[in-house]
Parts: sequence; structure tokens; C-alpha cells
Amino acid sequence: MSNDHHHDHDHDHDHDHSHLSEMDARVRALESLLAEKGYIDPAALNEIVEIYETRIGPQNGASVIAKAWVDEGFNTWLMEDATAAIHSLGFTSRQGEHMVAVANTEHTHHMVVCTLCSCYPWSVLGLPPTWYKSPPYRSRAVIDPRGVLADFGLVLPDDVAVEVHDSTAETRYLVVPKRPDGTQGWDEKQLARLVTRNAMIGTGLALNPADLT
Amino acid sequence: MNKPDLTALEGMTLRQGEPVFAEPWEAQAFAMVINLHERGAFSWDQWANALSQEIHSGIDRPYYRHWLAALEDLVVELGLSSTSAIKDREQAWHAAAARTPHGEPIEL
Repeated sequence: MSNDHHHDHDHDHDHDHSHLSEMDARVRALESLLAEKGYIDPAALNEIVEIYETRIGPQNGASVIAKAWVDEGFNTWLMEDATAAIHSLGFTSRQGEHMVAVANTEHTHHMVVCTLCSCYPWSVLGLPPTWYKSPPYRSRAVIDPRGVLADFGLVLPDDVAVEVHDSTAETRYLVVPKRPDGTQGWDEKQLARLVTRNAMIGTGLALNPADLT
Repeated sequence: MNKPDLTALEGMTLRQGEPVFAEPWEAQAFAMVINLHERGAFSWDQWANALSQEIHSGIDRPYYRHWLAALEDLVVELGLSSTSAIKDREQAWHAAAARTPHGEPIEL
């Protein structure tokens, strides 16, 4: 396999090809070796991550959305320069990727897909759910977005267009769901509870006040 | 599932009783330790000690870098793999990434 001990690292960035960070590669190395020998079960790793990572991550994104709902100036900033607006709330990704916010309207529903699990705005959404990384979601979201949304229990009227955004390593999308009716006078903290992770990926809508118990 | 006692680990940051990950690889490294422990590769005390040693190694680095370094050391110490095998595999992953068109899953 390895023909060079003093490997020359090619630091030219070729954006047509993938790149793993040092830590990513080290983790993958260990994981693949241990899985081959049966010391770990890769499927169990996903479950473990999901057990622990439930509410923490998406809270950041929810507070961004809630602020955009109540603060017109912030909303404008978010739509024009999401990277800076999100950063102003203290949520920064070490990867420094470009964030783009896309807002749902009465006529357009946005949803986000990526073919690489790392292309996910985890500074605001936490870790990607397993289904987001699954091949069926990745391929079907582009071909049949309405079918995928229906699987999530979201059936949109025919006059609402669905726009699918394909994340890249450089650009990640955050969906700004529509503010639910019946929330006049709510403060940011209350509103944030209505913003689910799926609403910010576009595979769901924000909750209604009645959904909170 | 019986959750191991995370509070027994030195320097562990918890929010509402759950660990906080800054990047996906950190969660993956975390989950590997939990799974290895569940499957009996080492006791929780063994892990807590390995992690503590790493934290006190005098090297200043972010928490989960300590975590992964401690895990790599423990894996080698227990004979589950070797340093050279880990290094080789790491290079193989970099090579795999370099030949994978963007947007496709990276596979060895």
C-alpha cells in the first residue's frame, strides 16, 4: 500500500476531491481497524452518538431562528450574510465554512441535502442525524423531494415549490422555517422551543404552540 | 443501555448531563470508547486512568485530542492494534479521500 516513507503531502486544494482533517483520518483509522477485528460494532457507534446527542446541538440553531423571527434587523442580516450573523451570536465552526440562510415562504419550501456527512452546519445544528447520512435520503432528496418529505409526514400543497439545496464543503445551508401562527408576543426563548432540527434541515416545519406540552 | 459514569472522567464537560461535541469526529471518538468498554475491551477505571494520564502529559491541546490520543495509546497497550497499523491506516484514509470525488462517501 504505502510506497513512500517520507510522503510528500500535496497541499494544493483540489475542490473536486474530498479532504479529511488529520483528526478525521485518525478516528477513521482506529474505527476501521477495531471494527475489522470485531472489537467495536460500527452500527452501535451511531446509536451511542444518538443517545448522547439529542438536544444539545440544534439548540444553537433554534436560537438563531427565534432571533430572526423577532428581530427584523437580525433577520435581514441573516439573509444577507448568515456567516456573520450567526457568528455574532457566538456560534462558530472551526472549519470556517460559509453559511447561507434560506427562508421558507408561502410559495417556497427549502430543504437541505448533502452527499457527505461532514457537509452539515454542526456549529448550529449539532451532529447530523443518521438518516441525513443515509444513501437513500441523499439520493432521493434530489430526485423526489416531495416523496421524501411525505416520508417525514410533511405533505405540502401543490402550489408550494420545493427547493433542494446541496451542501458542499464550502457552503452549508440553514433553513429558516415560517414562524407559526399564534405566537404573537412570544419571546425568543419561548419561540426557540418550537424550532426543531428537522425544521432547520427542511424535512419538517416549526412546531405549533399546541404541539408543546 | 447502562450509561457509564461520565462524571468519573477528569475534565469532562457536560451540559444537562450530556457531553458536548464541537466536531463530528469528537462524537465518533467518544462513541468508540463507550462501545469498547461495553464490549469488555477495558474497564471504565482503566479508561479514566488512561485519559487522566494523557491530560497530565504536559501537552496542551483540546479535550477530545487528549481523548483520542489516550484511546490510541490504550488500544496499542492492550494489543488490539499497533502504532504502525494505525499510522498506515490513517494514510490510507487520506489517500482514499484524495481519490474520492467530492460528494461521494469516502471509502477505503
